[in-house]
Amino acid sequence: MTDTLVTPTTRSNTQPGRLGDSALRPDGVAKVQGTFQFSGDVSADGFLWGATLRSPHPYARIVRIDLSGAWRISGVEAVITAADVPGKATYGLISQDQPVFASEYVRFVGEPVAAVAADHPDVCRRALEAIVVEYEVLEPLVDPALAVDGSFPQIHPDGNVIRHQRIVRGDQSIQGPIVVEGTYELGMQDQAFLGLEAALAVPDPGGAGVELHIATQWLHEDRKQIAACLGLAEHDVRLVLGGVGGAFGAREDISLQVHTCLLALRTSRPVRMAYSRHESFLGHVHRHPCRISMRHHADHDGRLLRVEATFVFDGGAYASTSSAVLINGITHAQGPYRCDSATVDGWAVRTNNLPCGAMRGFGVVQACFAHEAQMDKLAAAVGLEPLEVRLLNAMQTGDRLVTGQVVESVAPVARLIRELAEMPLPTEPVGGHDGDPMRLPGGAGRTADRGDVVRGIGWAVSIKNLMYSEAFDDFSTARVRLADGVATVKFATAEVGQGFVTLAAQIARTVLGVDDVVLDSIDTHIGSAGSTSASRQTWMSGGAVDGACRLVRERLFEHVAAQYDLEDYQLAIDGTDIVDTVGELRIPVAEATAGLEFDETFEHHHRPTEDLDELGQGNCHTAFAFAAHRAVVDVDPVLGLVKVVQVATVQDVGRALNPLSVTGQIEGGIAQGVGLAVMEEIISDQGVVKNASFTDYLLPTFLDMPDVIIGLVEEPEPQAPLGAKGVGEPPTVSSTPAVVAAIRDAIGKDLVRVPVRPTDIVF
Amino acid sequence: MSEIYSLHVNGERRDVRDAWLGESLLFVLRERLGLMGSKGACEQGECGSCSVMVDGELVCSCLVLAAGAVGQQIVTIEGIAPEGAPSDVQQAFVTAGAVQCGFCTPGLIMATHALLERSAEPTELEIREELSGNICRCTGYGRIIDAVQRVAVARRENGGAS
Repeated sequence: MTDTLVTPTTRSNTQPGRLGDSALRPDGVAKVQGTFQFSGDVSADGFLWGATLRSPHPYARIVRIDLSGAWRISGVEAVITAADVPGKATYGLISQDQPVFASEYVRFVGEPVAAVAADHPDVCRRALEAIVVEYEVLEPLVDPALAVDGSFPQIHPDGNVIRHQRIVRGDQSIQGPIVVEGTYELGMQDQAFLGLEAALAVPDPGGAGVELHIATQWLHEDRKQIAACLGLAEHDVRLVLGGVGGAFGAREDISLQVHTCLLALRTSRPVRMAYSRHESFLGHVHRHPCRISMRHHADHDGRLLRVEATFVFDGGAYASTSSAVLINGITHAQGPYRCDSATVDGWAVRTNNLPCGAMRGFGVVQACFAHEAQMDKLAAAVGLEPLEVRLLNAMQTGDRLVTGQVVESVAPVARLIRELAEMPLPTEPVGGHDGDPMRLPGGAGRTADRGDVVRGIGWAVSIKNLMYSEAFDDFSTARVRLADGVATVKFATAEVGQGFVTLAAQIARTVLGVDDVVLDSIDTHIGSAGSTSASRQTWMSGGAVDGACRLVRERLFEHVAAQYDLEDYQLAIDGTDIVDTVGELRIPVAEATAGLEFDETFEHHHRPTEDLDELGQGNCHTAFAFAAHRAVVDVDPVLGLVKVVQVATVQDVGRALNPLSVTGQIEGGIAQGVGLAVMEEIISDQGVVKNASFTDYLLPTFLDMPDVIIGLVEEPEPQAPLGAKGVGEPPTVSSTPAVVAAIRDAIGKDLVRVPVRPTDIVF
Repeated sequence: MSEIYSLHVNGERRDVRDAWLGESLLFVLRERLGLMGSKGACEQGECGSCSVMVDGELVCSCLVLAAGAVGQQIVTIEGIAPEGAPSDVQQAFVTAGAVQCGFCTPGLIMATHALLERSAEPTELEIREELSGNICRCTGYGRIIDAVQRVAVARRENGGAS
């Protein structure tokens, strides 16, 4: 069944708030009233403000640091540098190559050098200005190609290549008969979550430990890295999830966590740190800029025979998750299409640009932009329509990736394409029926002459892996207590806005037959949930909550069965009652649990994955989700301006556990994809960032956002605990290439780079 | 550098002590008066997260000096509805799924109230234009537009009562 969710509807459930229902957020009222506490809203008596001194140079040797000027300022309580880090001097998600504070070299503009604590943000600012750092400025490595070819001196002890991986599969001699090729580029996108990095660290008496209130995607991973740097045992570092104002990948890495804790421990006072927007742009990882060359070989009918590709991901100064982003990119090189032969070469390299890591789509955004441009070229070369060539090659369950891995997931690619083709096109002409110039490219600028504006339509289809890959033991933990008809659910899953808190309650209500669900605080007083990333929490933490609820239900049924002399397997939950499926018994859960407590904890692991071998072969991924997008754009070719009019999508979701939440993820993901297509880029000149502000880094506003129409394909995924696939990333993956394809269609130019700039259109 | 002054916030006189005169209204509301509902996300009037009403005008409180707002009537998200009871706009945001991370939400609630005061039945294009000073990174705006339209319809059906 495909639902067009123009207005999300409540499914036919007699009980509200169950799985499949558009249950409302439990934190919604607090958020609209302004009482929801974000990490920047958490305070404590007697706190100090913390602030960070950052490098102005992309690459320089630190000759000398003089802190005395800062100490002379009244109100300054601490000034710290690398010399004050008691534990491990470096951190990082995969390899720990990033200094807590730079000591010998700074390797990107914005790298932390020192931090201060003082009684007012403005005192902090003056203290930072009073610190003297003498630098010997060095020539920065800003061109990733120089890291690949080895011609630039090493800028880090770990070398300039973070990872290189090849994929070699099938017949390497295949050439043509149809060959299409191109080289594609993506700029650096920022996650630009609204809630800036902020934290409160409260030291234990005597400095024995610390409690950190932090907006993060992964509490336990943060704790591991923080404790190592602080030289404390993990159990002495307690993390509480502060309200998270969006994440999109940028909160997977450490930013201000260690600094805030160090300042608190040094001053024996609570310390709050809060980044400015400028600092945030420099202080977290970004989407990797990437250069991709692809050559597709096909037969005369348009059937893919072989894909050749080279990827160069610019990881910036430190590794973060670059090695995993690389693998995601290159293993998705073929897209959602059958192809038995491939030759792929991929590099993730180090430069003196801003560090890059996770952002929604994680390497697959880059791959999809390239392979979808290629599919359009292939269609043109063999005389097919864009959708025809995609249907001809559409991947099915049982097909293999270029890694040799069999796609066991539900893979309704052909269905997505067919249903997308049926979605209604916008009925309005260019500029709309009312002729309001606001609807034209350029909008409020009122610059476009309506007669010049041309419309285009473009298509793109994607495959995206779900969960973690390459033999990572990926799991999530949940604890459920049922007492007196109330279920209390505990997990460490970072709620970043996606709505896991809503889903967790829906699961508990459905499995346990209760109306009242209490969500315990999200902190490290339970096992890890893994990261809120990789479209994994519905599957992983959803699986954990479901598993814990099922254990509780088993115990409850055992108890009721013993009480009424029944077999426990005969019992079931019906609404809020326990019923005997072969007899008469019907007893409310609240009554059956009166005065009792059932308490169970469950860890959900997905099935193991493998590392890739030297030839890039192996079952490295867990599961996959698919999406198809169609974009309609109006382009003013005179001024090079684009108005995205409509994006239609059909997405493979497995099962929509909360249709309203799914709609929100899809619309929000498309907004970020549209942003990358036509406006979003962090621009650097020789490693110096030029637009680290919301004035200069453009984000889609209400006026930039197109109408979105959505179709869902619900074919429950057998591997998934609840039949549902993660839905967060696919909307971002193929919306970008669809928009660019539409611009190409409008103006007939071979656009090879995103974001598409006015100059790319005009000249 | 500092002195005592008073602000009129949400119908109450609030003394501000020990504040630097250089502090923004956003900073004073949050850090001096404990009104944490207004959010700062850009410090330059680009995102609208800090929107409050000053003498009936929707402003970015990050761009207003607190000491410059003396004598003016300030309404924040904490004062937009009676305590405990969400306004129709607030309730519609929850019901329509217009809230994800919620960081932009207080500013959008303020901007929506201001919009519907000016224009009881805005067209979709008006809604987009009037709210385009408020950036949301999570939702793609679709459910927010739906929420605003729901309020406009409900107010019309209720005979203009808000």
